[in-house]
Amino acid sequence: MPAFDSPQRKGRFMSSHNALPGFRLSLGYTLTWLSLIVLIPLSAVFVKTMELSFEQFWAIVTTPRVVASYQLTFGASLAAATINAVFGLLLAWCLVRYSFPGKKIVDSLIDLPFALPTAVAGIALTALWAGNGWVGSIVESQFGIKVAFTPWGVLLALVFIGLPFVVRTVQPVLEDLDFELEEAASSLGANRWQTIRRVIFPTLLPALLTGFALAFARAVGEYGSVIFIAGNMPMVSEITPLMIITKLEQYDYRGATAIATVMLIVSFVMLITINSLQAWTAKRNGKIK
Amino acid sequence: MAATALHLHSDLAGRYESNPATRESAWVKWTVIGVSLTFFALFILLPLFIVFYEALRKGWEAYLVALVEPDALSSIKLTLLAAAISVPLNLVFGIAAAWAIAKFEFRGKSFLITLIDLPFSISPVVAGLIYVLVFGRTGWLGPWFIENDMRIVFAVPGIILATIFVTFPFIARELIPLMEAQGRDEEEASTVLGASGWQTFWYVTLPNIKWALLYGVILCNARAMGEFGAVSVVSGHIRGETNTMPLHIEIVYNEYKFSAAFAVASLLAILALVTLVLKTFIEWRATQTLKRSKT
Repeated sequence: MPAFDSPQRKGRFMSSHNALPGFRLSLGYTLTWLSLIVLIPLSAVFVKTMELSFEQFWAIVTTPRVVASYQLTFGASLAAATINAVFGLLLAWCLVRYSFPGKKIVDSLIDLPFALPTAVAGIALTALWAGNGWVGSIVESQFGIKVAFTPWGVLLALVFIGLPFVVRTVQPVLEDLDFELEEAASSLGANRWQTIRRVIFPTLLPALLTGFALAFARAVGEYGSVIFIAGNMPMVSEITPLMIITKLEQYDYRGATAIATVMLIVSFVMLITINSLQAWTAKRNGKIK
Repeated sequence: MAATALHLHSDLAGRYESNPATRESAWVKWTVIGVSLTFFALFILLPLFIVFYEALRKGWEAYLVALVEPDALSSIKLTLLAAAISVPLNLVFGIAAAWAIAKFEFRGKSFLITLIDLPFSISPVVAGLIYVLVFGRTGWLGPWFIENDMRIVFAVPGIILATIFVTFPFIARELIPLMEAQGRDEEEASTVLGASGWQTFWYVTLPNIKWALLYGVILCNARAMGEFGAVSVVSGHIRGETNTMPLHIEIVYNEYKFSAAFAVASLLAILALVTLVLKTFIEWRATQTLKRSKT
């Protein structure tokens, strides 16, 4: 056995790269499992799509009924994410800045849309907003708007499932905000609104955009909560995931796969966007501290 | 996904509100609270409440009858089975992935994390579709399985696969940031002192990550039991055989048996509430542990 201070011993100690066991095992297992469950099955979508010529693919993904579904899916998702950004920011602000009765319960229940199965959310929202429901009857008699079984219902379901994303991305950034910044702004003569707009809001912006993007990405792919309340009328209230299901039920695997390819490409773009927004958030908050 | 990460709260509201430089006037405060809570009541409280209201509308007896009906019972069993298989598998995967990613340096690490995140950003319907493409009648492996008299899609194995897919990142995503933040000093010390890899993991790493691990398991389980879109595509909807609870709810609901649908839905709503209570408890415990280690 070498003496403790021998160069060999020291060398091994310093380059700590081999000190911990299990690298090959854990990485090998991770890559194998990832490939089997996610990567290989996902590649089936692209391989199956390759069986189509580009013209065939384009014809499938641009039929009027499918295009109408994109318009509804993306339009409603964008609107829902915007609504979530506004109310999510207000809710996060209340939870961090104000004391009010029942705050702890509100804070815990914000995550309900994560925890509540989408099918349950779908039938609950439908019961509530249908023409004879508690909220739906009021909206219909007072404003003359039918919510359930129209595109409004789609929007509503997407607002429900996206809400926690904005609250939970903005809340920690708001909690970490430096007191002294606001005190400094105030002592330099800024009024409260100026401080919020010029000092706090720019700091929150990356997190707010991340929450918006997460809510949007979730909304685009959502299926369970939407189909109960949408009414699913062709050209009017059919979402894109439903188009995939419809094609599958007709055993039109090629059609289903072509539309799935479009959705997958959108997912990849959103994933990249969200990753860069999160990097921006981290960088911004690092700078402020 | 950042939005589901274990987050330690520190309530600073009192500090903000007592300082004139960091508070708004009372009417602004109560207007903002009023608007936020109205939105909260409309979108969170009312939907939750109406599930139980509709479920019990025809009385307790009808409620219990809807739950013990054979199709309902078999859907409950299948849901429990799918969760009992998919959660442990994702637990093992999550720990392995977090160990490799958080404790070692290698090229392509951030790309690997992105790949692990993929199932979060893919529509559940597409998640179901990919297994139909692989194991379906015309799929890659489908004909082989059919020849050998095994069904994967439109049967129970497909449901389990789809459940594993949609819950794939939950535990890994909970562990990776925490284990990265904890570094590798403690594990190295343990190894240098002669502990084996498993001993190091069991006695050093595991106690440090137990709350995050439990948190990930709870979220993973909630999603596993509640998944609808992906499971719907691969299920085949055979009554009493390939229906999970969410699928059973859909069928009963479409037959206009609303109370029965809400009865089964109320079980899943209770599961969601239990999940949120446990989540709040874990956050509280993790905060306590952190405070104690600081003092």
